[in-house]
Amino acid sequence: MLGGINPAILIASLMVASVPIILAAIGELVVEKAGVLNLGVEGMMIMGAICGFVTAVATGNPYLGFLGGAVGGALLSLIFGVLTQYFLSNQVATGLALTLFGLGLSSMIGQGYNGIKPPPTGVVPLGPLSDIPALGRILFSHDWVVYASILIVAAVWAVLKYTRTGLILRAVGESHDAAHALGYKVIRIRMLAIMFGGAMAGLGGAYISLVRVPQWTDGITAGAGWIALAIVVFASWRPWRILLGAYLFGGITVLQLNLQAAGAAIPVQYLSMSPYLITILVLVIMSSGKGRASMNAPAALGQNFHASR
Amino acid sequence: MLRLEKRPSPSRFWQGATPVLAVVLTMIAGGIMFALLGKNPVEAIRTIFWDPLFNAQYASYSRPQLLVKAGPLILIATGLSLGFRAGIWNIGAEGQYIMGAIFGAGVGLALYPVETRLVFPLMIVAGIFGGWLWAMIPAILKTRFRTNEILVSLLLVYVAQNILASMALGLMKNPEGGGFPGSRNLSQIPSMANPELIPGTGLHWGVVAAIIVVIAAYIMLQRHILGFQIKLAGQAPRAARFAGVSPERLTVLCMGISGGLAGLAGLFEVTGPAGQISIDFNTGYGFTAIIVAFLGRLNPLGILLAGLLMALTYIGGELASFTLGLPSAAIQAFQGMLLFFLLAVDLLTNFRIRFGTKKEAV
Repeated sequence: MLGGINPAILIASLMVASVPIILAAIGELVVEKAGVLNLGVEGMMIMGAICGFVTAVATGNPYLGFLGGAVGGALLSLIFGVLTQYFLSNQVATGLALTLFGLGLSSMIGQGYNGIKPPPTGVVPLGPLSDIPALGRILFSHDWVVYASILIVAAVWAVLKYTRTGLILRAVGESHDAAHALGYKVIRIRMLAIMFGGAMAGLGGAYISLVRVPQWTDGITAGAGWIALAIVVFASWRPWRILLGAYLFGGITVLQLNLQAAGAAIPVQYLSMSPYLITILVLVIMSSGKGRASMNAPAALGQNFHASR
Repeated sequence: MLRLEKRPSPSRFWQGATPVLAVVLTMIAGGIMFALLGKNPVEAIRTIFWDPLFNAQYASYSRPQLLVKAGPLILIATGLSLGFRAGIWNIGAEGQYIMGAIFGAGVGLALYPVETRLVFPLMIVAGIFGGWLWAMIPAILKTRFRTNEILVSLLLVYVAQNILASMALGLMKNPEGGGFPGSRNLSQIPSMANPELIPGTGLHWGVVAAIIVVIAAYIMLQRHILGFQIKLAGQAPRAARFAGVSPERLTVLCMGISGGLAGLAGLFEVTGPAGQISIDFNTGYGFTAIIVAFLGRLNPLGILLAGLLMALTYIGGELASFTLGLPSAAIQAFQGMLLFFLLAVDLLTNFRIRFGTKKEAV
């Protein structure tokens, strides 16, 4: 059944398929490390997808497109930030509102953009490296976002683990009262984290509409934001495991698409639902048992902060 | 300087006033959004909120639609509100709604062409069962494995949509449909149809069920021990546990009730207004119901009003896209905006806004 599929191409396309999830999940990881649960990832991603698409089509420059996507996602996350941090609204409800609003707004902006091709995002020229058999196809013939996503994961890991900024961010997420008592600006730090999360989700969304698909259709993200949220739990809030989780998910997505193309005996719909089912299965495994992931969750996750003194 | 001061207890006045304030603010912000789209904002707002009910030309068509659309919204939102009150977040009502429709329609189609009055009640039971079953997955995973119910219930929506597509294209496809996707038209089979009960009102069995459910939920929350436990678990989880409220039992109950009601709404939709199982018969009621639940302040009577208002925005949105060329997605953004404003002004319920700084040393 897998005979016709070239493993090198499979792995290469797996890496591409997982980029949006990596970006959105690493952004959400930073947000959750700061003690904020933003369930609006799906909405921010799709806003990034349309803003990036519109910018890229208008300017003819894919790089400006990605920038536009990040800005779009960050602007939407700003609404979430203001509501939860200053108006002290419920984070779960506000996140849901963000997703509903983002889906509507994106499809409104996207009117008239159906069927247009965005400017292509080129492969990073790595010269002879990309000619290495198999390895060249897997590692050295991607566009810059694929490499950037891995670098961002590394950067987030390093910042959280080794820098003062990371320590403050984690302190705010573990106990906002203690952090406040030490004189840190809890609200400001959380706002910055939320905007970083929004920008990353927007970038991931732009990658879907500019590279992965590449065109605009309503609801193009198809639950990628929710899967990114699940990957954060899967990763037990550790940056490198995000990469692992996203590649696992990307692998399943690519595999089922290949099986669809190869005309496997399983109906298309059952293949299409498999990534969601496997995400659920992984969530169950990670959240049960003694070493369960939720033990690692930031202690103040989802709690709003109001300085009474 | 503005300063927030926590109220000792939520303000009763603002509890009632915030939804109204949020609607007014949404109208203003929505008007700005429509103006940016190049439409006359006053005309757009009037088309959405006034014309469906009172315009001589359109009201005869759109007035009955109010109940048709409000029915499923109220049914689903009432169920969801119970869980939301207890801090149990079932946000996959859309999936449960689809599964209810599939189970209900499945029973009907399996019995076709049996013509007895028993078929419809059987389908109702199957619809409730389908939604309940789909909600039990996140509920059991939550209670057994502590898996996050938000993510599981949401991810199951995508699974349900795929099952729906497979049903519409395969198992439930109308054998006499000339190869087109979609099942037999259930609304045209007398033993399975959910017809308009009083012509010209839009009243169908789903609306009747919604009214019964609202009353039942109101009585339960006011008078029954379960209602007390739900409220207690939401407001003081620790106290609830000391009082012997089992969080597991409450999760299973709340998820089950909301799932069953969503399934019921799906069944009434597929046998009535939608008519058949098709790839996209579901129109996002399961998600909009979340807004309805909050707009109604998680109170059954409030949800009744909120459901009617939200149904009005649906119909008004359709009308505005028909008469003014307003993009149909604009109304979805408008509904999302409403939830934002609602959450923002809710601050007034729990906090007082004071001017100036506190006198004592900070």
